[in-house]
Amino acid sequence: MTFVAKPRVHHPQLPLNDLGLNRRDYEGAVSTLCAGCGHDSVSAAIVQACAELSLPPHRFAKVSGIGCSSKTPSYFLNASHGFNAVHGRMPSVATGANLANRELHCIGVSGDGDSASIGIGQFAHIVRRRINMLYIVDNNGTYGLTKGQFSATNDKGSTSKKGAPNLYEPIDLVSMALQIGASFVARSFSGDKQQLVPLLKGALLHRGFAFIDVISPCVAFNNHNGSTKSYDYVRGRGASVVTADFLPKDFIATAAETVVDYAPGTTETVALPDGSRLRLSKLDESYDPHDRAHALAHVLEAQQRGEVVTGLLYVDPDASDCHEILDTVETPLNALGEAELCPGQGALDRINAGLR
Amino acid sequence: MKATDIRDPSYFHKVVDCQWACPAHTPVPDYIRLIAEERYTEAYMVNWESNVFPGILGRTCDRPCEPACRRVRTEEKPVAICRLKRVAADHKGDITPYMPALPTRKNGKRIALLGAGPASLAVARDLLPLGYEVDLFDRDPAGGGMMRSQIPAFRLPADVLEEEVDLILNMGVNAHFNYEITSMKDMLDMNYDAYFVGTGAPRGRDLDLPGRQEVDAHISIGIDWLGSVAFGHTHSISGKVIVMGGGNTAMDCCRTSKRLGAESVTVVVRSAFEVMKASDWEKEEALDERIPIVNNRPPKEFVHENGKLKGVVFGCVKAVQDEASGRLRYEPTGEPDVYMECDHILMAIGQENHCPWIERDIGLEFDKWDCPILDETTFQSTHPKVFFGGDSAFGPENIIWASAHAHQAAISIHLFCQGKDLKGDRPPEGLNLISQKMGVHEWSYDAEHDPAQRFIVPHADKSKALGNIKVEVELGFDRALGAREAQRCLNCDVQTVFVEPLCIECDACVDICPMDCITFASNGNEDDLRARLTAPAENAEQDLYVSEELPTGRVMVKDEDVCLHCGLCAERCPTNAWDMQKSAIHIPQLGTYAA
Ligand SMILES: Cc1cc2nc3c(=O)[nH]c(=O)nc-3n(C[C@H](O)[C@H](O)[C@H](O)COP(=O)(O)OP(=O)(O)OC[C@H]3O[C@@H](n4cnc5c(N)ncnc54)[C@H](O)[C@@H]3O)c2cc1C
Ligand SMILES: Cc1ncc(C[n+]2csc(CCOP(=O)(O)OP(=O)(O)O)c2C)c(N)n1
Ligand code: SF4
Ligand code: SF4
Ligand code: SF4
Ligand SMILES: [Mg+2]
Repeated sequence: MTFVAKPRVHHPQLPLNDLGLNRRDYEGAVSTLCAGCGHDSVSAAIVQACAELSLPPHRFAKVSGIGCSSKTPSYFLNASHGFNAVHGRMPSVATGANLANRELHCIGVSGDGDSASIGIGQFAHIVRRRINMLYIVDNNGTYGLTKGQFSATNDKGSTSKKGAPNLYEPIDLVSMALQIGASFVARSFSGDKQQLVPLLKGALLHRGFAFIDVISPCVAFNNHNGSTKSYDYVRGRGASVVTADFLPKDFIATAAETVVDYAPGTTETVALPDGSRLRLSKLDESYDPHDRAHALAHVLEAQQRGEVVTGLLYVDPDASDCHEILDTVETPLNALGEAELCPGQGALDRINAGLR
Repeated sequence: MKATDIRDPSYFHKVVDCQWACPAHTPVPDYIRLIAEERYTEAYMVNWESNVFPGILGRTCDRPCEPACRRVRTEEKPVAICRLKRVAADHKGDITPYMPALPTRKNGKRIALLGAGPASLAVARDLLPLGYEVDLFDRDPAGGGMMRSQIPAFRLPADVLEEEVDLILNMGVNAHFNYEITSMKDMLDMNYDAYFVGTGAPRGRDLDLPGRQEVDAHISIGIDWLGSVAFGHTHSISGKVIVMGGGNTAMDCCRTSKRLGAESVTVVVRSAFEVMKASDWEKEEALDERIPIVNNRPPKEFVHENGKLKGVVFGCVKAVQDEASGRLRYEPTGEPDVYMECDHILMAIGQENHCPWIERDIGLEFDKWDCPILDETTFQSTHPKVFFGGDSAFGPENIIWASAHAHQAAISIHLFCQGKDLKGDRPPEGLNLISQKMGVHEWSYDAEHDPAQRFIVPHADKSKALGNIKVEVELGFDRALGAREAQRCLNCDVQTVFVEPLCIECDACVDICPMDCITFASNGNEDDLRARLTAPAENAEQDLYVSEELPTGRVMVKDEDVCLHCGLCAERCPTNAWDMQKSAIHIPQLGTYAA
């Protein structure tokens, strides 16, 4: 908790984006999370990404479940719509919101408890359905809000603050998302905005279901020596396979940019729907971020070696999303008239006749 | 960059922009907080200790602190620091319990102070508590120097002046007024242990143009004329008055003329309005009293008829920026000369040092501008027993500089009388840092940022003010307005102190900081780092605070430029790697370092 209100004044040279807004216009209320919580850095990264992309800060649907992580939509994009669902049920609300109004950018923030324990059923199905949204899990390996029980993503053998070991195998949400059809899958770390912000930008502009597992340390209950989700542990083991650089629509390589010395065959650009691009640079030439099976194998192997694979693991820019699959109407439901929404007895009769 | 040495007192001193800019280094935020707590007497004493004339300065100070105030960089208008000083003076209670104790036994050393302006008075105040016997000499009938003879009563009422001058005289000064000093040799023969020359820069400049001799009776030198008004020899001025010059003396001359009955008053300046020497607020006051200021008009000739002044001919110039040097140059515009009628001219085009009474063969050397050759730290002249300060030292300045010089000169005189080395034995500056943390989210200072705009000081009714030279124009803040203005201070002396070993590099401070002051980045040289921070650090006058290397190989870099001292970084830091600590900068002064 912080009691000093964050002043509205800002740095005199704070840049304005294409909408004439500065980064501070994308903030939310001052966080009530513990000081030093990784989740606050994720919120700050979302603020930065949205501001730099010049997305209208009032055109978002923010959805979440229950947990410290699920509280964070209050701390960014104050001007937007939000819904705080019951524990583990954010996917249902996100599905409804996105089907009802496809023009809003949809951001879901959940926790490892919210998505991998109570909400794992809902998680699996929203991935399958490829709802057009950015789904973030602030993964701290613990139930932060209820004071530090092991969550389902906690690694076997890692210990509680008091030293008790976790006896169960972890669920890896990245592997699940890869397996059941997410078209943008990444892992990052709350303490590395240089990596996280471009990933968020790519995910926000990606059409389809974009999933980012952000390791986000819980300073209060899971930042000790026996933890595999602590600042120190992740900093020591994190290995980025594919780094993404966001290239805006009007990006023209400057002299300095073109000189960057990438080994041959290790960079490529991926087009995003609005005309901007993601430049991917691979640390390992043989890694293919468009091959699901390959990505999955890489993640599993690294996990067995005790490494934390981060970066953009898989992307399919051409994959279909829920609207294409279901052939939904282009116009948001709130912009349709009564005649289109309630076409009347005649239309119903025709449908019924088609089923006879 | 190398890690910042925060134990060097000047590092955090610089962060307190107002205190750093103040020649006497008055701890501004200290007294502003006391005003906010309605502790006016203590607020007054904080000032008195450091600048000696709070009531006078609270009305007249040149206020170098205000343009320096951080608030100028964060939202344009500085805290009304000077007017808050006046709030402390206007509302203070009995200060006698706070006065320094005066020893009943003298220390046997006799000091002569030449001139009774602010410089000499401040030296007296510093020396008396140490048992010195102090003799003061001035040709005027009363103490105060130019504070009495030059600053008009509508800016500085007599009772305010007298209270602070008398406070010092009553500490046991042997004052010799109406005493014209005509020979330094004679003074040296009186065999004092040390001498302090505080005789000011008493000569007003003149202009030798065609007609000057013939119209002598109708021209007054501005400072002499103001002096004769102050001492009651001049009560009126009639006809059309032209004031020549663009400094503060010109502003005082024109406003005084207006009050003494001039038919019309016009200020004519050779240079452009923007570059006039007068302070902005002095110009504003003159314009507000509907006194026209005519710029870019250098005088050419005094026009007279039978010994009677008729008017002045002025040329027309325009300012052009010299491409090479960037300086302003004046070129004739080609327009015909202008003639302005007038009956009286007040010449306010500058002042200079002038000590014809100091013989040039007594081992006391002067430079080509007729200023004494001095050591800039000790204020000692080439005659070891003789020290200078105030306007007599380096030319005309102002009251706050006079106080600042005086403290240094007093230290030197003391060391000299003890047979110590004036430089080697000089007391050093010091620094204390005290954490302001009271509890998990409690600070012992008011950390919350107040977005209020600068409050405007109420003024006396114009018709009353213009009719009587003794009516003070500015009324000062009352307690309520003073309290609100005090709240605008950012508490720049409550420092952000970073302790590397505690930091876990979680970024919480970076994320919360409203001003984007903090960055964790790989180290580099200063220019490189300044360009790579969360917000570019373009103000090179403000330091970067750089930590030792952290476990990730990065360093913490904080740009001090626009920090609000709001404490949010310390609030959000999980490990207390940031703490808000109040810095007390110890500026040596006699008494605080009594040897
Ligand atoms: C018109 C005007 C307005 C000003 N307004 C301001 C203002 O608003 N704020 C501000 O900060 N500063 C102002 N100043 C400047 C300020 O007054 C001086 O900088 C300051 O008074 C200098 O102090 P001092 O002690 O060095 O000398 P002074 O105040 O000049 O005192 C010198 C004293 O020495 C005496 N003296 C000189 N020669 C002899 C001699 N031979 N024998 C005996 N006595 C002698 C003089 O009579 C005088 O009393 C103003 C100056 C002028 C001219
Ligand atoms: C239906 C239901 N069951 C249990 C809870 C108690 N509960 C609140 S938050 C939480 C776990 C949150 O963990 P996670 O999603 O990882 O969030 P974190 O606080 O770690 O960010 C639990 C079990 C609840 N609120 N509702
Ligand atoms: S805000 Fe206060 S402490 Fe900071 S420079 Fe201004 S007056 Fe001084
Ligand atoms: S006190 Fe801390 S949080 Fe506040 S402006 Fe300064 S650096 Fe930023
Ligand atoms: S909040 Fe504290 S621990 Fe975290 S990065 Fe800042 S100084 Fe370091
Ligand atoms: Mg959790």
